[in-house]
Amino acid sequence: MNIVVCVKYVPDAQGDRTFSEDNTTDRANVDGLLSELDEYAVEAALKLAESGEGEVTVVTVGPDRAADAIKKALQMGADKGVHVVDDAIHGSDAAATSLVLAEAVRKATDGSPELVLMGLASTDGTMSVVPAMLAERLGLPQVTQLSSMEIAGSAITGRRDSDTASDSFEAALPAVVSVTDQMGEPRYPSFKGIMAAKKKPVETWSLADLGVDAGQVGQEGSGTKVVSFTARPPRQQGEIVTDEGDGGTKLAEFLGKAKLL
Amino acid sequence: MAEVLVLVDHIDGQVKKNTAELLTLARRIGEPAAVFVGSQVEAARPRLAQFGAGKVYVVDNPDVTGTLAAPLAEALAAVVEQASPAAILLPTGAITKEAAGRLAVKTGGGLVTDATNVDAGDGGVATTQSAFAANYTVESVVTREPAIVTVKANTTPPQASQAGATVVPVDVTVSDVAKAAKITATEPKAKSARPELTEAQYVVSGGRGTGGDFGPVEAFADVLGAAVGASRAAVDAGWYPHSNQVGQTGKQVSPQLYVACGISGAIQHRAGMQTSKTIVAINKDEEAPIFELVDFGVVGDLFNVLPQATEAVKAAKG
Repeated sequence: MNIVVCVKYVPDAQGDRTFSEDNTTDRANVDGLLSELDEYAVEAALKLAESGEGEVTVVTVGPDRAADAIKKALQMGADKGVHVVDDAIHGSDAAATSLVLAEAVRKATDGSPELVLMGLASTDGTMSVVPAMLAERLGLPQVTQLSSMEIAGSAITGRRDSDTASDSFEAALPAVVSVTDQMGEPRYPSFKGIMAAKKKPVETWSLADLGVDAGQVGQEGSGTKVVSFTARPPRQQGEIVTDEGDGGTKLAEFLGKAKLL
Repeated sequence: MAEVLVLVDHIDGQVKKNTAELLTLARRIGEPAAVFVGSQVEAARPRLAQFGAGKVYVVDNPDVTGTLAAPLAEALAAVVEQASPAAILLPTGAITKEAAGRLAVKTGGGLVTDATNVDAGDGGVATTQSAFAANYTVESVVTREPAIVTVKANTTPPQASQAGATVVPVDVTVSDVAKAAKITATEPKAKSARPELTEAQYVVSGGRGTGGDFGPVEAFADVLGAAVGASRAAVDAGWYPHSNQVGQTGKQVSPQLYVACGISGAIQHRAGMQTSKTIVAINKDEEAPIFELVDFGVVGDLFNVLPQATEAVKAAKG
């Protein structure tokens, strides 16, 4: 089975994430990495590939530096990469991004994807909508936010945990699937994996290669626009007391004074 | 004036508070109209009327439920086709966000999720969101109609404004592909007597410092009438369910009061709670970064501090 994993290169949450002058996410001046939540999708794909005959293709859409996200997935064990790079994509919203991803997935699978895996959300935009959008564009069933999954023949089954219930899902492949961080820890690249990744093929495609018009993407092709961003003022640190046997009483007094009781 | 659709959040016709909030916001943009999915619309109508829904579009079709995004998106698309609204407001949730995403692709409308405010703006519906672990507040404009916005709970006080809530049935035929993913079994989770985490006015959370014993955290939560949250460390250790996780990969909460017990305050956790109105922390480590955020902090052992605070609150409440 050919498994496609869509991943995103994101600014490191440990760094000082911010916006650029044009109100888009600053992807140039903040160190980036493979979105942590996407590692779970890569791991799930590798497990499936290892348990049967399978090949894992990693697809990303992003600037030149996004090649690092592909590299990490190849080091973990994915077989090949596809990197869609085009200046026109800069500033795309989720819907425009899903359009590019859909065409990239089609091209990477000669028009017939079998299984497309994604993470729960990117750690920068955190909308959690692109898997659903991609399923819509590809005309495939969506089975999302799974905390466990299995493939048996041409059917996928899995479990999704919500606040009120644990739901068992079933769908016939092909399908678009997203997984949560409850799936099991992603592996670290081994030394062997890091060396092997250097020889793995990575294709670089432009919008023209995908037959996507530049006007359909970027800020022009997006239905939303950020008009301003404001750093949240740092919270003023309040009173800190050390417990000397009366910490709980003082806490309750604070709540009383703050009219929270 | 164009209509603004509001997807009703309800359990068997019992309308939730966030629906009243969305109807209140919808009035700023256009004429509010509700979209009700299910068969108990009569139970819901009085409350929808009270908060200004002129019409109630009803999708009563067994193929459309609140648990699958693809059929829900097709139902919403059918209502949009009939009503030609300026905007669609949905409560933020895992399924509603995905349905909103699919609706954006179907209609070509612009999508914003997790908004904390919505208003009429120049050049389109204006929204406010948090970004980057709530370190930024972002103002956006939805430039393509219909504007599709999911809104977080507890962001606007509901204001009543009586309207007719005229029922308008909408026929929906769900496509085969949308029906292809099926739920084969549902195991309901034990219903907690505590408030729901994202809707709660008060939240008390435990982390690594609990060592796995959430007893004192739960006791304090109960005396305050609070929901119980957990840090990722506590969830990963298997001490508390994932559905209670507060943080970047869990729930984002913004209550009146957030009490962090034995939680260091890593960026992952801050992302889920730093917009809370008042923050209190208890931690043994005086260097814990959580103390940078607090209005009141106690450096101490939560196993001593919490039981004493629980008794003191009990006494204060009489």
